[in-house]
Parts: sequence; structure tokens; C-alpha cells
Amino acid sequence: MKIRIRSSYTSMIITIGIFLSLVVIGSCVYDNFFSAQNLVNLLIDNSFLIIVALGETLVIISGGIDLSVGSIIAFVSMLVAYLLTTLHWNPFLVICLVLLVGGFVGLMHGILITYFNVQPFIATLAGMFLTRGLSYVISTDTISISNPLFVAISEYRIPFLFDSFLSIGVVITLVILGLFIYIAHYTRFGRAIYAIGSNEMSARLMGLPVNRTKVLVYVLSGFTSSVGGLVFSFYMLSGYGSHAIGLELDAIAGTVVGGTLMTGGVGFVVGTVFGVLIEGIIQTFINFQGNLNSWWTRIAVAVLLLIFIAVQRLLVARREQKKSVKRVETVEYAHSGD
Amino acid sequence: MKPLLKKSIASHQIFWPLVGLALLLLFNFIFTKDFFVLELKDGHLYGSVIDILNRGSVLMLLTIGMTLVIASGGIDISVGSVMAISSSTIAMLLSGKMVELNGHSQFVSNIPLGFALLLTLAFALLLGLWNGILVSYFGLQAIVATLILLVAGRGIAQLITSGNVITVYHERFFYFGGGFLFGLPVSIFIVGAVFLITLLLVKRTAFGLFLESVGINRVAGRFSGLNVQLITLICYSISGLCAGLAGILTTSEVRSSDPNTVGNFIELDAILAFAIAGNSMAGGKFSLSASMIGALIIQTIRTTIYSRGVAPEIMLVVNAVIVIVICSLQSDRVKALAGRKWLKQGQV
Repeated sequence: MKIRIRSSYTSMIITIGIFLSLVVIGSCVYDNFFSAQNLVNLLIDNSFLIIVALGETLVIISGGIDLSVGSIIAFVSMLVAYLLTTLHWNPFLVICLVLLVGGFVGLMHGILITYFNVQPFIATLAGMFLTRGLSYVISTDTISISNPLFVAISEYRIPFLFDSFLSIGVVITLVILGLFIYIAHYTRFGRAIYAIGSNEMSARLMGLPVNRTKVLVYVLSGFTSSVGGLVFSFYMLSGYGSHAIGLELDAIAGTVVGGTLMTGGVGFVVGTVFGVLIEGIIQTFINFQGNLNSWWTRIAVAVLLLIFIAVQRLLVARREQKKSVKRVETVEYAHSGD
Repeated sequence: MKPLLKKSIASHQIFWPLVGLALLLLFNFIFTKDFFVLELKDGHLYGSVIDILNRGSVLMLLTIGMTLVIASGGIDISVGSVMAISSSTIAMLLSGKMVELNGHSQFVSNIPLGFALLLTLAFALLLGLWNGILVSYFGLQAIVATLILLVAGRGIAQLITSGNVITVYHERFFYFGGGFLFGLPVSIFIVGAVFLITLLLVKRTAFGLFLESVGINRVAGRFSGLNVQLITLICYSISGLCAGLAGILTTSEVRSSDPNTVGNFIELDAILAFAIAGNSMAGGKFSLSASMIGALIIQTIRTTIYSRGVAPEIMLVVNAVIVIVICSLQSDRVKALAGRKWLKQGQV
């Protein structure tokens, strides 16, 4: 009996395979590597990155990109610290406010991209400048968070299997993950995202609410970024304008490694989680090795990116080969003509 | 007659960027003290205007490369990393030791200056070629292909310098970023030369025409017999070279190389300069001169903010507002609204 795997699953399966083999390699090479806590720590240390990458995944599947996620994290951490430490606001009020702020920045992106035809790259670049700049406007120094509720959340440990423990951040991450799996694969909105990413024109002709969906995708990404920012604030207990610089690249890299096509239309929310975890595990390797510097992480991630993009390219090439060459050319021509 | 004339001037792409720059300069003329004052010290000109040209040189170099790449329908987000790599390369190549010569100690580098410069530029060219090959021959999306080098580049730069900040002691090397020629900073002449060469390439050879047709429609370009892949490759190579040169200039100016900070986020400024100039992000028609004005606008804003004593952090917010305004103005929706108004006036 031949097992058929849908070709769009291939890169995600490769990703999970690579993650598992990295775990095996790590356990063989390093003594204390294979412990429940060490693996859970991967989740704890990367929780905000996973949350942000989930939002980024939906944006990329819809055919766009969101460069603002790292700066929104910094802005949220700064805003939280400022409102709590300097202005002594009620923590619940602060949490609600920052969630709204992220959604609002996303809404701005969505409107610029959909109604003003600004390229996603440029629109979210503006958002990145804006939020990063605003956090420096609040203060250029680090503000620590000493609010009792935030400290309590930060220090709270939930017992988990094999004497390990989770943080609240991980729980939030898992909730968001569940939400995103539901959105992406079981709702009309999710299917519309995939359709728009594959071919916006045909999605429009099919009568899908293209504009509304695109705006919502960016709002969702802004929202997850602010949730990521909150989790980051719990994790760091400080606000700083230079927090999370370049995090958007890690999020995009994790998404691509997780099997999402940058051209849109193909991708998996779960794959992204493993993509980010692979980045995390490489970092753990380098920590365990001890004598390697952190810039090796960047290089390793870049090499991984290259491999995955090459694999995706091959898959796409194979799919295109199946269609007649002539048809592909016609479709391409129609695309570039409009 | 008069409206016709107005139309023909305003329809040039470079018109609006020039108006923007003029407004900025006017603002400075009125509100910033001594903005246009030029001082002659030891035969060298000093002043805010010279400063804008001098400090803007790196951004202008990057914008030249970026203009060609975006015009070909791509984007190069790796220029900042390439700058960091070239900066650390030249800093390492120019390392050497102090030698006693004729009674006073003098610095002697391990590798002659000219050779070091050539090697660095060759390395930058290689990085540009890598981007270009990924985009044109492997058919990767430009943003993904250059993302790889963006992520890896700073790591490679740190690998070259072993993660340290390298101080350069080579006296003659400082001439490029800090020297003067005919009373003006040398960097201005370097940028001018690169700009002229590229302008000649674009305007006086068929390359510019080919580039625009590739940017507007790749498939049509291929069908009309253009070597689309080669043209794309050339654009990325030029961008790599420009970034390499920019890295050399920066290193020469600050006399050291810090792989963490050289060219951080400058790719965004270069893209911004391109977009402000009214060029289309989708590729195709472009104006190199307008891009230069765009880069100067950004530098003028920066110098204005510094000279007015406003916190430099505001720069990011200002940048954001400019991007939003400029890009919204370029969109068809706003143009349609404005166009209707103008049309009515024209009919009356």
C-alpha cells in the first residue's frame, strides 16, 4: 500500500522531522539535554516569539508580510512599564489597553494596505518605525516593572509532567495556538485567507470578502504582537525601546522554516511552532556548547532558511511541471498584466 | 498656455521630491539659526548643507543600488548586513602594526591599502552576486532571498572580527570618509562619481530601457528576447557593490568597525528614500536623480532634527509619518480624488 502525502504537507513534515532529530542529536551529544524541563524551557523562552510568529503566519499565508511585530513588542513592554511603574495604573486596565493598541496598529496597516494600495512591506515598515519611535518617545531608558500582579504572573509556576513546570506565558501561547488552528483550518475567515494568498483576483471574483479579510489578518497580527508583548513583559519584567530588535526576522524565519510559502496560499500554523522551536533548539545547542558565540545562531538559522526555501522551490517547480508549460506562462502573463 | 506649462513641469517625477526638499530647506532657512552659513576653515568648507551631503553619502550610495534593484521588480533588504560585512572586512585587512620609521613610529598595514579596498569590494560584489543568483536563476522571491543574507550577514561580520569592535589605524584610509578635496568632503565626490557612472549606464546605454521593461513585465521582457536573468543579476551586483563601498566609507569615517551597529536598519532608509522619490515599489519606471533627492530629504530631516536639539528618537516617528503620507498620496484612491478636483478646475 502506498501512503500518499499531500505535497503541501511535505515541508511541515520535514520541519517536525528536523526538530525531532535535533532533539535526538542534542540528547546524544550533551549530557543534561534530554530532560522534560529543558524541553519545556524551549517553550518558555520562545513563548512570545511563537505567539508573534502565529500572527505572522496568517499574514504571510494571505500573501503579505508584517515587519512591525518586534517593535510592537517593544512598544507594548514600554507602555506597560510606563503605565504601571510611572503612572500607577490598574494592571487590568493596562492589559486591556495594550491589547487594543496592538489591534489598532494592525488596523492602520490593514487600511493602508487594502484601501490605499500601499505595499505590505512599506505599510508595516511605517508601523515598525512608528511603534519603535513612540517607545523611545516614552523613554530611552529601561523601566522595570514592579507591579505585584505582573511579578506574581511572572513568577507563577504551573506543575507539569515529569517534575517540570510551565509559565503563564506558555499557557497563553497554547491558548493562542489553539485559537489559530481553529481560525486557520475551521473557519470561513481562515479559508478566505488561504484563497486570497493563492490568488487574490480569483478570490475577489469568487465573491470572498477580500478587503475585510485582509484588514482582519493585519488586525489579528497586531493583536498577537501585543499579546506577545505582554508575555514578553511577564518574561522580562521591564520595558525598553530596544527590546526585541530584529524579532520580526526570527518570526518570519520561523514561519518559512515551518513550511509556509512566502508567496502566500500555503502554510500551517503548527509548522510555524516547530519552525520557531528549531530556532530555539539551535540557540540551546549553542548555550550547551559554551564556546560558541551567539552569532552562530544567526548563521545556522540562515542556512536552515536557505535549505527550506530550496526545498519549497523544488516542490513548487515539481507542481508547475505537472501543468503544461504553456498554461503556466499564460497565467503568469495574466498576473503581471494587471 | 500657462496651465500647460505648469503641467509639464509638475509631471516630471523629480518635481515633487524637489518641492519637498525645498520646503525642508525653507523651514530651516527660517527657523534654524545659521543653517546656510558656510565657513572656510583651513581651506575646507564647513556648514550644515555640506554636512547633509557628507553624512548623506552612505545613504545615497545605498539608494543608487536599491533604485536599480527595486526597478527590476525586486528588493534588497540585505544592504545593511553587506555594509557590516564590508566594514569588518576592510577593518581586518587593514590591521597591522606600528613600525619605527626615520625616528617616528608609523603604522604599516599587513596588506597594501589599494589591495585591501579591491578585496573588500570584490567580496561585496560576490555577496551581491549571491543575492542576484538566488533571485534570477533560482527564482526565489527577492525579499526571501535577501532575507537569508540579512539574517546571516551580521553573523558573518562578527565571525570576521571575532565579535570585537575593530579600531582602524591606517591614516591614509581615513581620507575617504574624513578627507577633503577642493575644499569639499571626499565622500561627496565618491558618491557623485558612482551616481554619474550609474546614470550613464542607465541613460546612455540600453540597460536602463531593458531594466524598466523587466521591471514592468518580466514575461514580456523574456518574450521580446531580453536576457531577463542577467539584467536582474547585474542590478543585485551593483547593489552589493554600493553597499560594500558604503561600508568602506562608514569605516573610514568612524575609524572603527562595529559589526553590530554598522548599517543597522539602513536598508529601510534606502527603501524609504526610493519610495519618497515617487518611484513605484512595484518596479518598472524609475528616476535615479529623484532617488538621490529622496535620500537627501531623509538626511535633511535628520540633520534638522539634530540641529534643532530634538531628541533623535523622534526621527523614527517622523520617518513613519512621512512613509504613511507619501505612500497614501501615491495611491490611486487619493489620486482619483485629487484628480477629480483638478479636472473640474481645468474645465472652468
